[in-house]
Amino acid sequence: MLDDNRPSHGLPAAPGVGYKPQHYAEIIADAAPVAWLEIHAENYMGDGGRPLAQLRALSERFAISVHGVGLSIGGEGPLDAGHLSRLKHLCDWLHPASFSEHLAWSSHDSQFLNDLLPLPYTDATLRRVCAHIDEVQDVTGRQMLLENPSSYLAFAESTWDEPAFLDEVARRTGCGLLLDVNNVFVSATNLGFSPQAYIEAFPLARVGEIHLGGHDEDEDDHGAPLLVDSHGRAVVDPVWALLDHTLARSGPKPLLIEWDNDVPGWPVLRAEARRAQDALARVPARVPARIPA
Amino acid sequence: MTRQAEFRGALLDAAAPRPAGLVDGQGRPAGRRYDVYRNNIATSLGEALATGFPAVAKLLGAENFKALAALYLRAAPPDSPRMMLYGAGFGDFLEGIAQLRKYPYLGDVARLEYALRESYHAGDAAALPATALAIAPEALLAARLGLAPSVRLIRSRHPVVSIWAWNMAGGAKPAGGAEDALILRAEFAPVPQVLAPGGHEFLSALRRGETLGTAYDAALARAAEFDLSPLLACLLAGNALTEWKEESP
Repeated sequence: MLDDNRPSHGLPAAPGVGYKPQHYAEIIADAAPVAWLEIHAENYMGDGGRPLAQLRALSERFAISVHGVGLSIGGEGPLDAGHLSRLKHLCDWLHPASFSEHLAWSSHDSQFLNDLLPLPYTDATLRRVCAHIDEVQDVTGRQMLLENPSSYLAFAESTWDEPAFLDEVARRTGCGLLLDVNNVFVSATNLGFSPQAYIEAFPLARVGEIHLGGHDEDEDDHGAPLLVDSHGRAVVDPVWALLDHTLARSGPKPLLIEWDNDVPGWPVLRAEARRAQDALARVPARVPARIPA
Repeated sequence: MTRQAEFRGALLDAAAPRPAGLVDGQGRPAGRRYDVYRNNIATSLGEALATGFPAVAKLLGAENFKALAALYLRAAPPDSPRMMLYGAGFGDFLEGIAQLRKYPYLGDVARLEYALRESYHAGDAAALPATALAIAPEALLAARLGLAPSVRLIRSRHPVVSIWAWNMAGGAKPAGGAEDALILRAEFAPVPQVLAPGGHEFLSALRRGETLGTAYDAALARAAEFDLSPLLACLLAGNALTEWKEESP
């Protein structure tokens, strides 16, 4: 459990974007760029050169969020101590406004599978995830945010629903949560639950950041829609509507546009961030104490 | 077998039966929903390899490269979350593929591309200014020099730099012959070039911590015509020389 006086997440309640090196010159030249940038931690674990030089320059102008994609928080084995130490080194060097990771696993027996793999929501998983988050927060000396996954299937043995599971992890470890509303929409479509009901059950007070991204459409063996979290296109209208539904209950939050594949030019990404700004502008500064579900 | 071992078991093998106990929202077997993970892994790692080895990808053609990337993934899955390290053994792997024996240079082209990537991410170092070498010849020959962490040397029986340049930088079609490659990163962009005969021996000796004089002798032993001045000028211009330290480079 974290002490309450440890540094908390400090991203502004404004839009940010996932940083891509091909946008560097345009971001630096933009008179009104976004307020903050998110990087994937693993891309900045080299020893030097252009990636770290650009990141250093950006960190002088922008709040930075470090988003890990390789820690395997839900892994059955112990956390990779070398990787955790590189993460601490990056955070100590960069002083990011936020650090986040995923409720997922990606490594097994020292193999790294480069995907966010799903977890059964059981008491055993809960204990393991909490122990790993305690270790991450102890080693890095900072609070982390844990992100809800995109689900394509469920485990027959699960006994918790996802919002309750995430709430319990946050309660036990003192970590914050990263709410990806596209992931909620994808999982809700794929598993047949109400995305609005998920948001209403989610512990929004613990949310330090909201993600928005695009998905692809496929179908399962029965011809039912199967959405895939591809981060390769614009955010769709139903996800923007789900964001409004969320912000009306949570109040303003830091919003991130994620676009990792088929990355568009800076103006397109910037326009998505403006749309997120518009969503924030519609949120009353003071959220009603209780909104009926 | 643990749950994750079972889940992992079929991820890299599309022919393996899917794990049990995975369901859709109505409790029916998950079926091809599991394949989303198989596809994500194969696609993302195939793309990572193609991005890391553009000259090899061009030489093989997109379809062949994709098939080889899938074989490589099963033979040597990544062992680190740092994708910048993925493909370290790709050159050796290509040389072990029987159908590729008629393209014996592929392994070295892959090694050159991986070395370019290593150079790109290598640590920064304070480079020696040209004036540092403007000392009396005896002092210079007795000196030891460090090489910047971004410097890479590759010895090849093939015209590896010319093949790379032909595919990546619009160079002329290579005629043949062996080439020693030197990669320098003057600021942020690593650039490969061909070393004149003796250059590889010279730089290898420097890297071992020999004096400049001993390194020069090693170069001359290989190639009597070896000329030190243009190589030193090139190394200075490429910010490749650093102060000698016992533990460097």
